[in-house]
Amino acid sequence: MTKKLMKGSEAIGEAAVQAGCHLFFGYPITPQNEIPEYMSMRLPQVGGTFVQAESEVAASNMLYGAAGSGERVMTSSSSPGISLMAEGISYLAGAQLPVVIVNIMRAGPGLGGILPAQGDYLQATKGMAHGDFRLLVLAPWSVQEAADLVQDAFDLADYYRNPVMVLGDGLIGQMMEPVEFADDRVPIKELPPKGWAATGHDGSKPRSVINSLFLDPEELERHNLRLKEKYDLIERDEVRFEAVNLDADYDLLIVAYGTVARVCSTAIEELADSGVTVAMVRPITLWPYPYLAVREAADRATAVLVVELSAGQMIEDVRLALEGTKPIHFLNRMGGMLVSPDAVADKVREILGADAGEVSDA
Amino acid sequence: MPETVFSRPESLRDVTTHYCPGCTHGVIHRLVAEVLDELGVRQRTVGIAPVGCSVLAYNYFETDFHEASHGRAPAVATGIKRARPDLIVFTYQGDGDLASIGMAEIVHCANRGEKVTVVFVNNAIYGMTGGQMAPTTMPGQVATTCPLGRDVDLAGHPIRIAEMLSTLRTPAFIARCSVHTPLLAVNAKEMLRRAFTHQVEGRCFSLVEVLSTCPTNWGVPPGEATRWLEKNMLPYYPLGVFKTPDGGSREPAPLSGSGGRSGHAE
Repeated sequence: MTKKLMKGSEAIGEAAVQAGCHLFFGYPITPQNEIPEYMSMRLPQVGGTFVQAESEVAASNMLYGAAGSGERVMTSSSSPGISLMAEGISYLAGAQLPVVIVNIMRAGPGLGGILPAQGDYLQATKGMAHGDFRLLVLAPWSVQEAADLVQDAFDLADYYRNPVMVLGDGLIGQMMEPVEFADDRVPIKELPPKGWAATGHDGSKPRSVINSLFLDPEELERHNLRLKEKYDLIERDEVRFEAVNLDADYDLLIVAYGTVARVCSTAIEELADSGVTVAMVRPITLWPYPYLAVREAADRATAVLVVELSAGQMIEDVRLALEGTKPIHFLNRMGGMLVSPDAVADKVREILGADAGEVSDA
Repeated sequence: MPETVFSRPESLRDVTTHYCPGCTHGVIHRLVAEVLDELGVRQRTVGIAPVGCSVLAYNYFETDFHEASHGRAPAVATGIKRARPDLIVFTYQGDGDLASIGMAEIVHCANRGEKVTVVFVNNAIYGMTGGQMAPTTMPGQVATTCPLGRDVDLAGHPIRIAEMLSTLRTPAFIARCSVHTPLLAVNAKEMLRRAFTHQVEGRCFSLVEVLSTCPTNWGVPPGEATRWLEKNMLPYYPLGVFKTPDGGSREPAPLSGSGGRSGHAE
């Protein structure tokens, strides 16, 4: 087990290979092209298959076929491409197929830009596509964590028979950092064999039909209830977050995820040097969201600051967590612009200097 | 001791289909099932049902199945075949599914040379949604979204899938057949057998376009539908083998019409 300097995109690809994913279907889109490029080089070395699909629409349906055959499979894309996959993702969720989808977010809406943003939070966590379904959404803040979460994503997908999204941004994809892969990694879940896969039918097991169509409303409702049961289980067992300074005395709590949380942690260190203690909750699972952790951490603060590269998306979950109990402040940039540690520190000083009782989103 | 001379193919489940009287989906299902039986591949076959009249095909074949989203069956087939090259993979798609919303998927599946078989049923109309105009609807043909008949100035001419895909260079077996007479149905089975055999031998992508009637949405009795197909569809959608992996040259079509004889060269 040695550390290797890797670009985020390559680490994501290698993590998938190490997790036993030998199938990748994708379509080029900036800023994540290094992932399919890496896979097109790497997969043949392990006897795997890379297919450049004709579109993201097709790629998501290739995932359907491959996952329905019981194999580990992944795609990656960036925001506009994920929108094109959305229909397919709904079918994947409906047919309960385990796949891993990496979204290296870029600024939007529309064609938007190619620089990092966090504008797909609501899409990923609440509104990916039609119908009642959920994706597990994992948000890494470093190249190492991206590699770890990709491997965990395959285990979670297989265990819950559900699509899992790894939600990063252009920074994660482009950054170079040391990464290590464990030689003896064991799955984080006990994984049963995929007896449900459609791999041919010789009468020794019931016929397998990979399907999301239930024309009988009673049958569909039973299916919906089974999915809900699964989502409840995921909400109970899979919440992940990282806490910073929660055991200290603090006035202000920051809530941020992904690379933005990394910027905030630099700001928190700078503030500590000037004697200001700030805590942070960094959600790692965006769905299921760490509502309880955010609420408990906020209970000990006088105010909360949400920092995002969006017009305000995760802040809605913070509001749900806090139920109006604390003032929530917001700092953001958009369009591919980044929040600097200084901007975060300045915002924190401004909030702490002002009337902490004022409820504001501004 | 009575001898069984005719029975349901093992690849066909003993269930009642939802297809309308006079529709040829039932015939085409049976021909596909007979071919799977005769090639001995039923147990390792995975089918892909489309969105359209044959959306419930997974209830009718005694094989594992995937139900795909509208038009994406060739992409699903690609995923299955790439994941499990040992499986025999076929899609069963209508003309709205394949020739309209799924055009990109079928073209690229064919052009990549995915070693799968596509059964493409062309009845010149959207059946399940209630008789709307399809890319294959004939000029002047009345449909619920072209109530005065297809106007080629507004909607263009019908798309000929077999011919179009035959322009692709990647080796493939592409044929068009019909099942509206017993003799042509025998020929159609031969086309399906050749298509699946190419896949079993790991040779190439194969597609068989099968002309079909839709009495319900054409608004005519089954017998008249057959005559309408002969008169209107056959001249525009000629039967025959359009491409083979070895040469790609056009083989003669079987003679059209109920009295015709199968004349394709083997």
